[in-house]
Amino acid sequence: MEQFDERYQVSLILKNVSVTTEKDGVILDDISFEFKPGRIYILIGRTTSGKTSLMRAIAGLLPIDSGEITMNGVDFDEKPIWERDVAVVYQQFINYPNKTVLQNVEFPLLRKGLKKTEAREVALASINKVGLSDYLDRKPSQLSGGQQQRVALARSLSRKSHIMLLDEPLMNLDYKLREQLRVEFKEIFNSQKDAVTIYATTEPPEALILGAEILVMHEGRIVQYGSPTEVYEQPQSTTVARVISDPPMSILPVSLAAGEIRFSDGYSQPIPAKMKNFKEGRYEVGIRANDIVSAKSGGEKGTISLVEVSGSETLVYVDTPAGEVVLQMEGIHDVKVGESISVELPSNRLFLFETNGALCVSPDGAGE
Amino acid sequence: MYKVLKATFITIWSLFVLFPIMWAITTSFKPESAVVNGATFIPFLEFQPSLIGWKAILPGPDSITNLITPTLNSFIVTAGATAISLIFGSLAAYGLSRFTYGWKNYSNADIIFFFVSQRIMPPVVLAIPFFLLLKELKLLDTHLGLILVLTSGLMPIVVWLMVDFFNALPREIDEMAMLEGCNPIQAFFRTILPLSKPGLTVAGMFCVIFGWNDVFFALTLTATKVLTLPVAVIALNGTVTPYWILAASTVFSIIPLVGLAFVIERFLSRGNLGGAVR
Repeated sequence: MEQFDERYQVSLILKNVSVTTEKDGVILDDISFEFKPGRIYILIGRTTSGKTSLMRAIAGLLPIDSGEITMNGVDFDEKPIWERDVAVVYQQFINYPNKTVLQNVEFPLLRKGLKKTEAREVALASINKVGLSDYLDRKPSQLSGGQQQRVALARSLSRKSHIMLLDEPLMNLDYKLREQLRVEFKEIFNSQKDAVTIYATTEPPEALILGAEILVMHEGRIVQYGSPTEVYEQPQSTTVARVISDPPMSILPVSLAAGEIRFSDGYSQPIPAKMKNFKEGRYEVGIRANDIVSAKSGGEKGTISLVEVSGSETLVYVDTPAGEVVLQMEGIHDVKVGESISVELPSNRLFLFETNGALCVSPDGAGE
Repeated sequence: MYKVLKATFITIWSLFVLFPIMWAITTSFKPESAVVNGATFIPFLEFQPSLIGWKAILPGPDSITNLITPTLNSFIVTAGATAISLIFGSLAAYGLSRFTYGWKNYSNADIIFFFVSQRIMPPVVLAIPFFLLLKELKLLDTHLGLILVLTSGLMPIVVWLMVDFFNALPREIDEMAMLEGCNPIQAFFRTILPLSKPGLTVAGMFCVIFGWNDVFFALTLTATKVLTLPVAVIALNGTVTPYWILAASTVFSIIPLVGLAFVIERFLSRGNLGGAVR
């Protein structure tokens, strides 16, 4: 661990934070977590899982009902929004429409008390970083969407805040720019040794690429926390498995009996070694799309209900009597909706979950 | 076909609206003979323009009345009432747009209605209370007195217009300003107010029009020392005044508003919102 300036040893601690509103019910449900400086945290979850609310609560934009948020031992409750020094990048690009690019980036720096010349210097460097040096005197409305978002980024990054919140910052950008910014983010975040960076996204690939610690959120709770490999290989519940898998994981109800995994339509296959120790009864199995194989004969029969072709692979949604499975085929395949297909679910690639969703066995992890 | 209809309708409507104004303007340049011997319309052809009416109302040897002091009074009163209404009205509107106030079952919407309800009462009802009030305050027949009375009528309009305007401005802008170190007051003055120029302009225009054209309160509360322009024009009407002088005085009284309308039209058409949130 590197030696940091004492002042910057900031740790953001959430204790039993809950928020309930009349309109939306429980938004945040008893969240406790310690965010350490110099690290990047990825919040991943569906659109209504509470990611944005958690960020707004940290920033002070969403008043919390109970619990406390402290930074470096200081209770945030006593600090109004404007004294918290939190930098936020929203998914919608927010810039001051009446200010030029340069003025936009300078504004928070001047508010922070930097001298004019200093602020200009920092702003220019920051604008340069996002590649907008040629547009200093433009108004936001004269820029493209991607450029506007980069202005918003430059504004937030230049502040060197101790807490950086990015709420799906790449959401509204085109593909090329996303790729480029993802790489830049990695560099920028890693250079901010003294800040807590929290990055929210709905997209598993984005979460995995940034290579930071992952917090999976669902219905206002943090349901799993860990490294990308941990979360990916051992999702602690079907909820996490669904959130973290793209293409989606197929989850089917089964029962374990007499050394067999029996699917609801009667199709069965031998139980793998890892699952031998579980008592007979009802379970759910999950399997990733890239682990499912289409079979010539045998296997589970079904009809194709949807085909999605992306650049290098084909996603096939198959309706089987046991439930819907999604299968990913390398390359582009000429399969048609309505055709029948047999799919094989390799036993050694199955996740086993309790009926309440808790993980029993994962194919790559040690299991329980 | 549609275009022709539209053009025809607009032309007819414009003529209908503009005719009285044109009538007033031509009359103000007519000599006595052109007025009393039946209707005449076209200058140089039907009558020889003369400045007799204008000479009578503007300072000079032929002047029969003083309209300059009333004009100044009108300027002071209108500007004062407009400024106070805009400043306090927009602050109130910002609060009502961004924060929730309430007492029991009453909340922001009721407060806004309370503001608007100030306009429901006919001014006649208020004349006597205002008269007594200003008398007690020793503000009768002063600029300040009229300014305050007009403000009570103008501020509701400002609040009403500006609440809608602020509601349309993305909240994210003030949130961002607060995140970047502005307290709510600073956020308002540094980021929201500069964006509100179009709204403030419209609200200000309403204030100026109502303030400038106010006759009733000016007549009842301040008609002697602080004589405003509309009252002065009406006073001319009371004595036996030739039509051309009356016409000149009315045209004179609308010049400032017409000029202002042109300036504002320029400004508004430049529209400067956009690029805040996409």
